[in-house]
Amino acid sequence: MLEVTHLTRTFGAIRAADDISFQVPRGAITGFIGGNGAGKTTTMRMILGVLHPDSGQVSLDGRPVTRELSRHFGYMPEERGLYPKMRVAEQIAYLAALHGFSQAAAANRAETLLKSLGLGQRLADPVEKLSLGNQQRAQIAAALAGDPDVLVLDEPFSGLDPMAVDTVGEILRDYVGRGVPLIFSSHQLDLVERLCDHLVIIAGGRIRTTGSRAELLHAHAGQRWEIECGPAAWIADVPGVSAVEPFNGRHRFAVTAPEGEAAAVAQEVLRQALGRGPVAAFAPWQPNLVEVFREVIVDEPQDKQENR
Amino acid sequence: MSPTELPPTGQQPTESQTAEPPAAAAPGAPVPARSHRSPTSVSLAWLVAWREIRAQLRSRAFIVSSVLFVVLIAAGIFAATIFGDGFGGDGEPAAPTAVAVGPGVSGIEGLKADPEAFELLAAASEAEALEFVSSGEAAAALLALPEAGPDGLPILLVAQSSAPDDVIAALTYRPTVSLIDPAPASRELVGYLGSLIFGVLFIWAAMLFGQTIAQNTVIEKQTRIVEILLAAVPARALMAGKVIGHSLLALGETALMAGTALVCLNLVGNTTILGLMTAPLLWYVLFFAIGFVFLASLFAGAAALVSRLEDVGTAIMPLTLLIMVPYVLCIALNQDATAMKVLSYIPIASTIAMPVRLMQDDAAWWEALIALALLIATAFGAIAIGARLYSNSLLQTDRKVKLLTALRSNND
Repeated sequence: MLEVTHLTRTFGAIRAADDISFQVPRGAITGFIGGNGAGKTTTMRMILGVLHPDSGQVSLDGRPVTRELSRHFGYMPEERGLYPKMRVAEQIAYLAALHGFSQAAAANRAETLLKSLGLGQRLADPVEKLSLGNQQRAQIAAALAGDPDVLVLDEPFSGLDPMAVDTVGEILRDYVGRGVPLIFSSHQLDLVERLCDHLVIIAGGRIRTTGSRAELLHAHAGQRWEIECGPAAWIADVPGVSAVEPFNGRHRFAVTAPEGEAAAVAQEVLRQALGRGPVAAFAPWQPNLVEVFREVIVDEPQDKQENR
Repeated sequence: MSPTELPPTGQQPTESQTAEPPAAAAPGAPVPARSHRSPTSVSLAWLVAWREIRAQLRSRAFIVSSVLFVVLIAAGIFAATIFGDGFGGDGEPAAPTAVAVGPGVSGIEGLKADPEAFELLAAASEAEALEFVSSGEAAAALLALPEAGPDGLPILLVAQSSAPDDVIAALTYRPTVSLIDPAPASRELVGYLGSLIFGVLFIWAAMLFGQTIAQNTVIEKQTRIVEILLAAVPARALMAGKVIGHSLLALGETALMAGTALVCLNLVGNTTILGLMTAPLLWYVLFFAIGFVFLASLFAGAAALVSRLEDVGTAIMPLTLLIMVPYVLCIALNQDATAMKVLSYIPIASTIAMPVRLMQDDAAWWEALIALALLIATAFGAIAIGARLYSNSLLQTDRKVKLLTALRSNND
């Protein structure tokens, strides 16, 4: 397990990372989400040791991560970088060799990796000749070149088409299946929701919440239901219903009642609705990640958000 | 997204997504054993160096400019031989060359056949023939030898300070040559030409490869590949690789140019210059090798301070001066023996000045060794400074780093 404890880093007057602590368990993909300038990149660079924290530490299975250890981390930086004029396969082989593969093994590994990423036809092309999507694939190959012990990927899916997202997702799952702790950041919350088992949400340089996806979604569901029926002004008058709002063409209502009685209140709403006309849908409301994210971020004071 | 549309993946995070879970899938499993060890800094540096060399050798601009330079050097030497009278620069005399011929000299049909080029002055005795030479009336005196010399002609050619090439060329075989007052070539001329040759060779190679290093460093910063590299390679190993790679390239290129010059001089048979140049040229290559490592470290360090290719010029300006000033001084002061002596001990300037002095026969080999030792000592300092600048600034990709900040901070 990769563990980050109390990482703090300031740039001048700006506290980019403020007492950051979270865990990246093995066997699960960890999604790192936050708005622009929330502190994701700063945190990831500190995990890699390319940026020194003012305080705090990173550990792998309880051992502090030294330069020697982090050399076996696979890293994909936020801003993409490969040598523009160097051939793709040579470039990946070079990185593999820097990670300790023999020349022959490195060349072999580069070819295998690039082929699995769908770049088999482009091995001899210079990076600058590749389309942006293919450059992105090459960048992923670069992060995987050294057969990493830990994967830290900053926005690995940006710029990939849905097919490529699936391919990359599969490859990453494969690494996770072998017990490699993996954390990636993303703005694409639907993608994070689909791929990640574990989530870390950051805003304003601070960790807002962290946990398994199921836990988070559950924690933010609240006692809410949604119903699809005719006009719904009356729902608010049902005893125990605290709020009604339109939601995706349906009505979402929250119940403020002790836990055991909430379901009964919801059933009462359903009964009344059926009495008034047809009901097309009725279900407990499950938030998706976008909604959870919004709630997590909105709960926090606004002034912190734009800080980097 | 409505609840029913949620993708089915991962309600139970760890179990659901690995249909065929490998053995280590469970959380908390140990790190999979690595099949490879992490390489040493030295082998990392060589990997980096090798990449730099390959990248450069693939560059069309580099190949074209190298070929062009080789052609220019060769053409220059051949042209000088054909149009000028070798490198002597005396110019072709308009009047025929006067040659005093002593009694009993035979085998000079070549001279007799060309009265427009040679005026033969018959001398009654050897003494008279020699007088023609010492008085300057004749460029050379030809005297009969009892038996043929090593080159097959029983003639002794006596000249004042240098043997006239045209006379020798007109004889069927090479005569034995004796000079009354040997001065192989004038000191001034050697100083001037030597400074020019070594100077141009130096600024050309130093600037070309220095700039390549600088640009390369900034490109790595600009494309952020440096973040990937630094995750795998210590900054110092990265810089060492860069410096080694480009130093080898610069050295190879210099050796190519020097070799071209020597081979061409050999081909045109200009033995005077050849004899004069060979040893100093080898010294030059040695000085340059170390001087370039010195400069390359500083180039890498200076370039690491900036993050955009546009800023490279400003960042390496001090280094441009460090290269240009010794060159200009050597060109300006090459007639001043004291100044050259001082310059020949000052690191970097010594790369040009010491070979020139060696060429003029002004300096002994041990003087060259002392200058070399001084250069090596300062090179260590320069490398330390360069490495510090480099490793402290490499990851500051969003701004320009101030020189003093980079020297002071310790963000290795």
